[in-house]
Amino acid sequence: MKPSAPRQNSILAKQRVAVPRPSRRRFYGYGIPNVDVQRLAGKLIVMEGADGSGRSTQIARLRDWLEGCGHATVQVGLKRSTLVSEELNQAQKGNILSHTTLSLFYATDFADQLENVILPALKAGFMVLADRYIYTLMARDLVRGMDATWLKNLYGIALVPDAVFYLNVSPEQLVERNFAKNYALDYWESGMDLGLSREMFDSFLKYQGLMAQEFKKLQAIYGFTIVDANRRPEEINRELQRKIASSVMGK
Amino acid sequence: MTKTFAELKFPGRLIAVEGLDGSGKSTQIYLLKRWLELQGLKVFFSEWNSSDIVKSATSKGKKRELLTPTTFSLIHATDFADRYERQLVPLLRAGYVVLCDRYVFTAFARDTVRGCPPEWVRGIYDFAAHPDLTFFFKAQLEVSLQRILDGRPQLKYFEAGMDMRLSSDPYESFRIFQGRILEQYLGMSTEFNFSVIDANQPIEAQQTVVRELVAAKIDLASFAANHSEKHR
Repeated sequence: MKPSAPRQNSILAKQRVAVPRPSRRRFYGYGIPNVDVQRLAGKLIVMEGADGSGRSTQIARLRDWLEGCGHATVQVGLKRSTLVSEELNQAQKGNILSHTTLSLFYATDFADQLENVILPALKAGFMVLADRYIYTLMARDLVRGMDATWLKNLYGIALVPDAVFYLNVSPEQLVERNFAKNYALDYWESGMDLGLSREMFDSFLKYQGLMAQEFKKLQAIYGFTIVDANRRPEEINRELQRKIASSVMGK
Repeated sequence: MTKTFAELKFPGRLIAVEGLDGSGKSTQIYLLKRWLELQGLKVFFSEWNSSDIVKSATSKGKKRELLTPTTFSLIHATDFADRYERQLVPLLRAGYVVLCDRYVFTAFARDTVRGCPPEWVRGIYDFAAHPDLTFFFKAQLEVSLQRILDGRPQLKYFEAGMDMRLSSDPYESFRIFQGRILEQYLGMSTEFNFSVIDANQPIEAQQTVVRELVAAKIDLASFAANHSEKHR
């Protein structure tokens, strides 16, 4: 995605690149063995939200903005690990794994990227843009009845991000955006494995409603920033930039 | 404290054996299986056949040496969950005596030695009920090592604990690794109520103790294959 001309000019006019102030770092729980969190100089920015909430658009814009400002960036997301991404895709196609198994499989994928991409990039001073993080994984499992304490322990390996934004879109808008993108609803994003409804459209609305409820509960615990994403992409991105500039970069 | 299958009112019972490689536990559980099946009981020896998908990820991780202590732990937990949900729980619901060569305690020992926090590992395996009877085959470290190193000299990377950089020599690494695992087992013995078997005894002597303990702990008559028909 190309940034608009005026925005680019204002960035390029500046030659001095600001070094972000260091963060006070910690893991949510036990963390990863033998990692010195104080040596992680970069910043971790997480974008959460349902499919069709505009996460990838916002991340692409943030990347342009950050790189324009002179910060190096890396992008990560779910199901992108070298270790298990291929197998996870297969498992989803067949719906053959039980809940605990699938949940642990996703946790393995997350841990692999955390250790091999996120932590090394942060150590090298990169801005890491994460397209979803542990919260989506937890919300999906919670909707499926998994134990909250069990999940909290499992994802205690995760590093606390510098900022987490939840792009909040009404279920009706989500349906429209999903149709505009794929002309179809996704089996898993419709929660069809839960048997909420045999009709995909109904199931999608019910499932997204349940997910939103779980996110609300998680927001109370993890305190992420809810962003009204029913607006135009530029407007949303301006808000994100403002928030990142003040809270993450420490200007 | 995690409950056993009996405490959770499962009709089936689970018996697990734990111990170092070369402690003779597989021989003992095989003989136990023979004894139970020759009496005509509903017994199943879990061969740990995991799904192809999980197996593929695990072997890729091992072959390419991609695993860290955390991902090693998680991928094995995934594998265990798969077997647990697909095989063990259905058999135990159906009223079988299920025999397992290794159970969650193997992961507790191995992952802790690799540096994972013990509470984290135990929390992850919390979804699994504990065995109704766990035998721990306690052999002298040197005897177990000798049995393995004599018979199978080609040690695999993770099996030898090479990922922990204990030694650049696989044999030396394996010795140190196994020694630390033994320490973990001994530490867990009381906590998890292991029935400790002296693995330096003759095979027959060990099997006698195993059979006596099984008979004392489990009402074997109720597991007769034709038992349910008789009561109809």
